[in-house]
Amino acid sequence: MAEKRPLSPHIQVYRWQWTMLMSIVHRATGVALAIGSILLVLWLVSLAAGPASFERAQLILGSLPGLVLLGGWSFALFYHLLNGLRHLAWDAGWGLELKDAFASGMVVIIGAAALTGLTWVLAASIYGGF
Amino acid sequence: MADDKGRLRSPLGHARGLGSARSGTRHYIAQRWTALALAPLAIWFVFGLISHLGASYAQAGAWIGNPINAVLILLMLGALFHHAQLGLQVVIEDYVHGHGSKLVLLILVKGLALFFATLAILAVLRISIGGPA
Repeated sequence: MAEKRPLSPHIQVYRWQWTMLMSIVHRATGVALAIGSILLVLWLVSLAAGPASFERAQLILGSLPGLVLLGGWSFALFYHLLNGLRHLAWDAGWGLELKDAFASGMVVIIGAAALTGLTWVLAASIYGGF
Repeated sequence: MADDKGRLRSPLGHARGLGSARSGTRHYIAQRWTALALAPLAIWFVFGLISHLGASYAQAGAWIGNPINAVLILLMLGALFHHAQLGLQVVIEDYVHGHGSKLVLLILVKGLALFFATLAILAVLRISIGGPA
């Protein structure tokens, strides 16, 4: 781009707002989930490769770094899922007013946190405590 | 350029053929179709993962290998990697401006998505119909 064209204002100019932050987080969680899906692939491969590799994979995922990774992955998933539904609603023309967009954003944040918490309470109860 | 009077595209833009109307709609629709498919599939899969925490090799294999489950997982993997590469494509197009580096990254991301999708599909098929490893 040799030619200097006028640029629209970017994030360093705007006052930070929830809707803007959520849009950025949606993209960030999307990228994180794409990378995280490799973990899912490796888990499936370890299961396909036999008992020894599967036990090793379970041991790695059950370790503290593994659990932290899975915790982040689960929040990213629920956030991206709920916010994705919010985007689909917008695509259909619903909830585009600012106050509606703010309210649905709060539902997404609280919902993602609640679903993540629920997942891990359920996980802990099934696993019988860490 | 009398012919271009009233046109919204510049002659150069027209010649390059890289305008947003080239394939944007298809991308947009595919991104949303896969999103719609992934919402229920992801919830189902995560719930399955949770209920198989600490499962033995045989239990995990029985879960993934069950024909209905295997089909749903294969569909999820297809939608997941298609959705992921479509999303990453937009991220790259937004932030990488060099023509060459953009092209290389796009090919790399799309190639890797295809590679991991195929790897995962082979794994699921082997678990489901491949017999003992």
